[in-house]
Amino acid sequence: MNLPLTIKETQEGLIKKKFSAVELVDLYFARINKYNKEINAFITVTEDVACNQAKKVDQTLPLFGVTVVHKDLFSTKGVRTTAGSKVLEDYVPTYSATVVDRLEKAGAIMLGKVNCDAWGHGSSGENSDFGPTKNPWNVDYVPGGSSSGSAAALAANMALISTGTDTGSSVRLPATFCNLFGLKPTYGAVPRYGVIAMASSLDTVGHFARCTEDIKKVFEITKGENGHDSTVKNVRFLNPKAKMRIGIPKEYFIEGVDQEVTKAVMGAAKIYEKEGLELVDISLPHTKYAVSIYYIIMPAEVSSNLGRYDGIRYGNARTNFGNEAKRRIMLGSYVLSAGYYDAYYLKAMKVRSILIQEFDEAFKKVDAILAPVSPTPPFKLGEKVSDPLRMYLADVFTVSANLTGIPGLAIPCGFTKKGLPLGFQLMGPRFSENTLFALGELFEKETEYKPKVANL
Amino acid sequence: MGSLSKDEVLHVAKLAKLDLTSEEVTKFQKQLSKIVDYISQLSEVDTSNLEPTSQTTGLENVFRSDELKQEGLTQEEALSGTEQTDNGFFVVKAVINKD
Repeated sequence: MNLPLTIKETQEGLIKKKFSAVELVDLYFARINKYNKEINAFITVTEDVACNQAKKVDQTLPLFGVTVVHKDLFSTKGVRTTAGSKVLEDYVPTYSATVVDRLEKAGAIMLGKVNCDAWGHGSSGENSDFGPTKNPWNVDYVPGGSSSGSAAALAANMALISTGTDTGSSVRLPATFCNLFGLKPTYGAVPRYGVIAMASSLDTVGHFARCTEDIKKVFEITKGENGHDSTVKNVRFLNPKAKMRIGIPKEYFIEGVDQEVTKAVMGAAKIYEKEGLELVDISLPHTKYAVSIYYIIMPAEVSSNLGRYDGIRYGNARTNFGNEAKRRIMLGSYVLSAGYYDAYYLKAMKVRSILIQEFDEAFKKVDAILAPVSPTPPFKLGEKVSDPLRMYLADVFTVSANLTGIPGLAIPCGFTKKGLPLGFQLMGPRFSENTLFALGELFEKETEYKPKVANL
Repeated sequence: MGSLSKDEVLHVAKLAKLDLTSEEVTKFQKQLSKIVDYISQLSEVDTSNLEPTSQTTGLENVFRSDELKQEGLTQEEALSGTEQTDNGFFVVKAVINKD
């Protein structure tokens, strides 16, 4: 039997009794046992939890039978949660993150906790203290980070959906590198309670799936106020307009962007044009400063958030921090320290204001912005590990959405000549997720998109 | 702007309670200098008359009523993350010397 690739296929199969939830879960674990050694997507496999949940599937719930894996930054009550770091190697939370709870109550079945760059620090998955995750489409290449295991587990067909966090690129980049849909929601749309904090003015909780419909179904469950994250308020989401305009920002199609990437992303834009949507050339001139703003504000907040890990109440001593965490903690302490605060941190917060104004202006002219996710296709393992700055520049097209608090949806759009996945992203004004979903579904319809997993 | 001295690396490491080996000091000095040099490009942007942005929600002073909505952790749960406990308390290293 072939594993279903979407929520619809899964639930239809269960309703028509083509398979039972227990059989389904057994099949996933058979694949995990067979392929995880090579891919290294999982840090903890939760077979007991999954079998129990599978036995009591309730077909009245919206996500019944949907198998999920959580990025190991999501607290799971009674199940080890490492953040990909040796500091939390043996940490077992006493409560679950809101999103974990909500998905469980909606009927999802948890298969395990998946690998990530330690604390979410990285764009390739190589900064995990539990070893790098491999890209199932070609194991010599990175799956993208920091939600590396969340993306690789889906590309290797070891789960149906997965959770991730996106602080600078961490859902959209791995989604693109692994041929998946990935949502970075509006800042303040999904509660972060119980998710290990990285940079609190940028952190968002997103997820991965193989089609827009599934992204939408999961978002219906995860979004909304919970009383434990004061940035989340129940608001009215914008509705998609009947006639939409899509902005093409010239700063995202500059020299230096890989030609195969540009070609694929422009190809996606043409699909919309063919459907009668107007493409509008726009300019976001401060894009070139986005990485600098990000690599001041993010480490400043990281240095504060990681201050709590003292090895006293839980977790191991600070000597267990890896290189990237140490770099970011020190960089953050530096830009916040006396004598440098004004020149770096305050300056970055001001340039952030310009960036926000620029996007606000753009959204007066267009309903969504279409752009590449990454300036390159997936790169090889080891290619950028010794040069942190080069690694940081992989985030050049994604960090603006975090700095401005807007949503972004990554959508797959083909493969390179070498067979590596390519994708594009749609960004919209705050709380315009429904517009992005409508555009995602239109793209799927017009391209007759079929979900596809890697051959292992 | 744009580079960190060895002393500055040691200073920020101390501020952040990180112990570095001498090899790490050399490595991080080089890497952090390169990053700081890059982010210094912001100095060319005119930011006069601009307010800094610290968050994007537009929300201000989010309040809730001062009442207990759910029980907190039990003492046992709160202590479950460490073996260094004594009589229901966390054990920490002494911070004040006797003499």
